[in-house]
Amino acid sequence: MGELIYPLAMIGVMAVATFPTRALPFLLLRGRENHPLLVYLARVLPAAVMTILVLYAVRGIELGQAPHGLPELLALGVTAGLHVWRGNTLLSIGVGTGLYMAVLQSGVAG
Amino acid sequence: MAERAQIAAAFRATLPVLFGYVPLGAAFGFLFSDLGYPWWLAPLTGLAVYAGSAQFLGVGLLAAQAGLLETAVAVFLLNARHLFYGFSMLGRYPGTGWAKWYLVFGLTDETYALLTSTPVPAKTHPQDFHLAVTALNQCYWVIGCGVGALLGTNLSVDTTGLDFALTALFTVLLIDQIKSATAMYPFAVAAVSGVAALWLLGPDNMLLGALAVSLSVLLIGRRSGLWAS
Repeated sequence: MGELIYPLAMIGVMAVATFPTRALPFLLLRGRENHPLLVYLARVLPAAVMTILVLYAVRGIELGQAPHGLPELLALGVTAGLHVWRGNTLLSIGVGTGLYMAVLQSGVAG
Repeated sequence: MAERAQIAAAFRATLPVLFGYVPLGAAFGFLFSDLGYPWWLAPLTGLAVYAGSAQFLGVGLLAAQAGLLETAVAVFLLNARHLFYGFSMLGRYPGTGWAKWYLVFGLTDETYALLTSTPVPAKTHPQDFHLAVTALNQCYWVIGCGVGALLGTNLSVDTTGLDFALTALFTVLLIDQIKSATAMYPFAVAAVSGVAALWLLGPDNMLLGALAVSLSVLLIGRRSGLWAS
């Protein structure tokens, strides 16, 4: 049991440090949901966050060296194209991810 | 019966997260199992912390026998991006009680992305749908953490590239948001901030930087009447 105290304490500390990052806005701004500024943020922030999350998801692509991000760009292009065309979330994600896995695992991308 | 249909709708909405969270959680479990602790501490971490990047950082901190205060500060700063999610969810998560605080606890990148982009199915109470999506996503994550830690490096299935499902999910949700948007400037502001942050701050620090710059520009733009609010 003794050797578990440190990892359990670490997990507890990580949990205690993470929750406020999610809860502080709700605690600090309780009852002010209708403030014009917060209504404005609720409208514009999801669009901004989603744009940034897409960029964040592809942050690791190395354009400067082989395969120059081609597997990612190809899979992203197919996912986006399919989604604009058919608008079926699972189809777009399934085909895009399957294609990406096939390209990586086949080794054609080096 | 209505309840089953509602859970099925939430399950369909969260399927892409299932394909992303299980391998990503398993990757955490693999790394965690190298520390030599009992395997069940990995799913326990997913249950109690439930933050991907912080858990990966935590493996490094545990391996280095880091101090508790140092860990608290590092994890808080790494997760500070969540503050931005809360600001825009105040109106969607009204009320009080355990259900609301569980929704707040479970507000990951992916859950935020899904809940701000997916309309609540007909005849469903919004909070029920939000709860189902949040709880399903956390289940996938905890299962991934446990499976990874249990199997260690014995897994023979090649899942290379499966985590692209999360990139594809964000892309698809972004397209859905653009299609239903009434104004394009939030996308434009974020795209410019994101690329600039990626270039100036590097891949590891771009997320918080891009969010902070976007928020500032969106607030300044509204105040100075650059765009009609």
